[in-house]
Amino acid sequence: MQRAILILFLVLLGSGPLILSEFHITLLNYIGLSALVALGVVLLTGVGGLTSFGQAAFVGLGAYASAYLTTATDLPGWLTWAGGSPWIGLAAGLLLTAIVAWLLGALTLRLSGHYLPLGTIAWGISLYFLFGNLSFLGGHTGISGIPALALFGLELKSGRAFYYVIWVMLLAAVWITQNLLDSREGRAIRALKGGTVMAEAMGVDTARSKIIIFLIAALFAALSGWLYAHLQRFVNPTPFGLHIGIEYLFMAVVGGAGNVWGALLGAGLITILKQWLQDLLPKIFGASGNFEMIVFGMMMVLVLQRARDGIWPILARLVPPARGSRLVPQGDALPRNVMPQAGAGILDVRHVFKRFGGLVANNDMSFTVRAGEVMALIGPNGAGKSTMFDCISGVGSVSEGEIRFLGERIDHLTARAIARRGMSRTFQHVRLLPGMSVLENVAIGAHLRGTRGVLPAALHLERAEEQRLLAEAARQIERVGLKDSMFEQAGSLALGQQRTLEIARALAADPCLLLLDEPAAGLRYMEKQILADLLRKLKAEGMGILLVEHDMDFVMGLANRVVVMEFGEKIAEGLPDEVQRNPAVLEAYLGGVE
Amino acid sequence: MDFQIVLLLAQDGITNGAIYALLALALVLVFAVTRVIFIPQGEFVALGALTLAGLQAGRIPGTLWLLLGAGVVVALIDLAQALRSGSRRRIPRIIGWNLAYPALAAAAVTLLKPAEMAMPLQVILTLVLVVPLGPMIYRLAFQPLAEAPVLVLLIVAVAVHLALVGLGLLFFGAEGSRTPAFSDASYKLGGIVINGQTLWVVGASITLIVILYLFFEHTFYGKALRATAINRTGARLMGISTVMAGKLSFLLAALIGALSGILIAPITTIYYDTGFLVGLKGFVGAIVGGMVSYPIAAVGAVLVGLLESYSSFWASAFKEVIVFTLIIPVLVWRSLTTHHVEEEE
Amino acid sequence: MQNQHPHILEVADLCVSYGKVEALHHANLKVGAGQIVTVIGPNGAGKTTMLGAIMGLLPKNRGDIRFLGEPQAEIEVERMVAKGMSLVPESRALFGSMTVADNLLMGAFMRHRLGHRDHPETMERVFQIFPRLKERREQQAGTLSGGERQMLAVGRALMAKPKLLLLDEPSLGLAPLIVKEIFRVIADLKQAGVSILLIEQNARAALQVADYGYVLETGEIALEGPADQLANDPKVIESYLGLGGAAHAASSRSVPVANQGETA
Repeated sequence: MQRAILILFLVLLGSGPLILSEFHITLLNYIGLSALVALGVVLLTGVGGLTSFGQAAFVGLGAYASAYLTTATDLPGWLTWAGGSPWIGLAAGLLLTAIVAWLLGALTLRLSGHYLPLGTIAWGISLYFLFGNLSFLGGHTGISGIPALALFGLELKSGRAFYYVIWVMLLAAVWITQNLLDSREGRAIRALKGGTVMAEAMGVDTARSKIIIFLIAALFAALSGWLYAHLQRFVNPTPFGLHIGIEYLFMAVVGGAGNVWGALLGAGLITILKQWLQDLLPKIFGASGNFEMIVFGMMMVLVLQRARDGIWPILARLVPPARGSRLVPQGDALPRNVMPQAGAGILDVRHVFKRFGGLVANNDMSFTVRAGEVMALIGPNGAGKSTMFDCISGVGSVSEGEIRFLGERIDHLTARAIARRGMSRTFQHVRLLPGMSVLENVAIGAHLRGTRGVLPAALHLERAEEQRLLAEAARQIERVGLKDSMFEQAGSLALGQQRTLEIARALAADPCLLLLDEPAAGLRYMEKQILADLLRKLKAEGMGILLVEHDMDFVMGLANRVVVMEFGEKIAEGLPDEVQRNPAVLEAYLGGVE
Repeated sequence: MDFQIVLLLAQDGITNGAIYALLALALVLVFAVTRVIFIPQGEFVALGALTLAGLQAGRIPGTLWLLLGAGVVVALIDLAQALRSGSRRRIPRIIGWNLAYPALAAAAVTLLKPAEMAMPLQVILTLVLVVPLGPMIYRLAFQPLAEAPVLVLLIVAVAVHLALVGLGLLFFGAEGSRTPAFSDASYKLGGIVINGQTLWVVGASITLIVILYLFFEHTFYGKALRATAINRTGARLMGISTVMAGKLSFLLAALIGALSGILIAPITTIYYDTGFLVGLKGFVGAIVGGMVSYPIAAVGAVLVGLLESYSSFWASAFKEVIVFTLIIPVLVWRSLTTHHVEEEE
Repeated sequence: MQNQHPHILEVADLCVSYGKVEALHHANLKVGAGQIVTVIGPNGAGKTTMLGAIMGLLPKNRGDIRFLGEPQAEIEVERMVAKGMSLVPESRALFGSMTVADNLLMGAFMRHRLGHRDHPETMERVFQIFPRLKERREQQAGTLSGGERQMLAVGRALMAKPKLLLLDEPSLGLAPLIVKEIFRVIADLKQAGVSILLIEQNARAALQVADYGYVLETGEIALEGPADQLANDPKVIESYLGLGGAAHAASSRSVPVANQGETA
């Protein structure tokens, strides 16, 4: 069904120039140009969670670079070779955009939360004013007399001839984007929206993922600008201002920022609506001006209030979802790390302090974990157990003291670096991507076990590795007993199952030390038994397990050794039986007002 | 550049900076209470200036139509909601604020011959027309999204900005306006001439800042707004409704914006879309203050005014490029310094 | 305390979801006038969710909530505060950069809005209960110690003169001495006629001060009964207090049938 609709769409698109009028061809050309930019916004904002109002500036870079190189008569000596050809103009535009985007990205992508979109507004305005004030770019009047594109000796002077160039490039961009999202790198990108803590703990370099999508979005925009310059054969600063940048964002949001087709839909809707309103409104109001802004603004508010995910998901619901993707992935096993000798010390926490301002969350904590044992960390709520976990796994920093993992000091390493050394963890407050399937969520855990990068992913040249990663994820899902939910959305699982999913995700990393933060919370009795059996099996395989848990039955039946914490300090350590008889523990646990 | 020019530019910079400071305060306030990054703040500047200019010119300012229209829409939505939830007690209030009040304002504008009024009365009438738009916009655009993420609210704010600019063009046309100065006096101090209007702007800004300070420190409702800004859940648990806090902060933002517009209208020609850049410069100040600190935001805003003034002397074509490019390092600095706070919570 | 209705709060068949996941299933619970009722259970059992839904912080899927005998059709935080319900959340939700006195003042916001101007006297009463707060009245709330923060959170809730106080884990992260003091205050409040719904992980302390208790497990009420009976219930001791170390003796999950009115 979906395939049929896609084919129909492509056939209609392909036959467009044969049947449509000049006006409609022009409209479709503009839709294509906008959709290319909006596609970048979908990748950046809808998928990656980075909002940009400034994409129009990148369109401007692509357009001006080629416009300048193909028209300037007084190119500086070192540049004369690049003059005249639109294709060199394209290369120059993409290169320039990549450099500028990389610089801006390196500066602004560090910005947290709402600072990033404000930053995009800032450079959006700056670049716009720069275009208008540089005399060699023609100031506010711009550059005219840009040559037409020539393809195989054919001059593409008419919009009709240009149509195929635009749409082939757009569809290629859609294909690339979809391929990329459906890959190891794509999962890392999609993980950005869930915050960086989980992704980093799974070994994803989130800064790199961010800059990748920022560059791709900027390059799509620059490509659109180049096409625009040679279609229009004239450029001035107006279409590269902030308001147009805002319009691109609107296209993505109205169409549906979570899906590549949302970009096309949104670009189509907004472009057609704009055309229609620019005709209609001045007649109604009896004055000329960009009154479509009023309608766009109000429409945008309504869309965000009523259908925050845009229109595409609403349309998609009308079509039955594709089946057949529910085959359990099969593939060769991935190479595994060598497990340390059972009984060998793998984690050594020595006199660790963690302070938050005046509060001491961990006070002189010391303990070890050995391969092939379960060490339980217990204590009342607020005792500092989860803080301890964060220190060990590199999610938080240590104020003082030393942590060694497999003999190496790790207390100053990032979460990513620690994950690479064979430690994996779950979170007390589940951190997963609710809109992704269980399989994809678990596959994020195997991130470090793949190596193929963005380019092979965009062209789908990494399918063999991808298959092995997914197969590994599927194996871990079966192992923890979630096989029946493998293709469900992770967000639809019960809380206990979400915790189990996190265990599968951690296992997919092939760790030798597993940190589990309250894995049994929210599980029913039978599910706890299954989990306990799994942990026993892992222990027998030689894995070291550090466990925070409140369910005493669960802990006492499973743990080889127990450390009890209260107010950030270790108050007892020993075998489960010993600890249960320790008066200090009884006092801390049962509290009591007697 | 001689010393004379340095002082002259400083005077310009401080005058504009004072306005940016007011706007920065409004932005910090709105963001702290509602988490909305209020991009349309600048539109209130334009509305204030153009409404006053319209009144003085004997025209019926377009703001009136905006007020009447927004009032009707709010009334319809609120009435429907009140009827659905069976709270009929709210009906008189809804009608009073959203229908009766705009009608009274319309009567005042059409019957009282505002063009012949004394300037202070014209100013008051301007505020009467502009300020209620703040809470109305909150009701229409932001209240249904009170729990949405900051980024969604930001996109909505941008959308509202777009709609308001378009409406500004519709109601006021593309021509700019300038109003007569509050005072034609000028004073010679040392070597330079200080304009009366400059003193007015700086004096009024300082007065307004003091009044706001007293409001936040010493009144029940001011403290309630602060409480909401510090801990929204905590404030709700005290019975401080998010809606009330939101409307109150938008009311103050509209008031500050309109007053700023009235203050600068005699200094520069204001067009329907001037507000945006003015507002954004206030923003730079607000960002310097990390969107949370009022005093740092005000100082930052004055610095922006000075920077703008000096860069317009050296490289006037690149004035905006310089001002907006400088936000980026400030943002990076802010982002790095606030990161630690988030981590430690 | 004059109250015609024996139950100040009645919750029937309450279901609450987070996103697609139901966190509370068909919960029934009653708080008698002048009673302390406690809900105990492990982390993630849905205790905080239950309080959130009763207070109106979270939307419910289904279920009836009656407060002071009246059915509450539309549960909104502000309305519940106005009717006399106060919640002290687990996070305390203090106004960190405001003074202790201003924090307390905000507690009286709704009463002030409704026209009552008795907050100076109420504040004096709160200072009598927590003399430490009086000493620190001009200090910023963010500079207080953990115990003082909890006192301030409770004191602030008392400023609203609530008929029902909802307490979410008041002992969380506090030293034993402070826990003792907080529970003493809870007992005193009951003497003063305030009904209390107390959510705790410190089960023993909670059951000692409460009249009636519920055990919540994975979103369902697994057990209920008069507090003294629950405290001695082998099932509670073994599976919840845990450190008893006994084997899985009590396999049946029989709910002790008890009339709540008896203990009131």
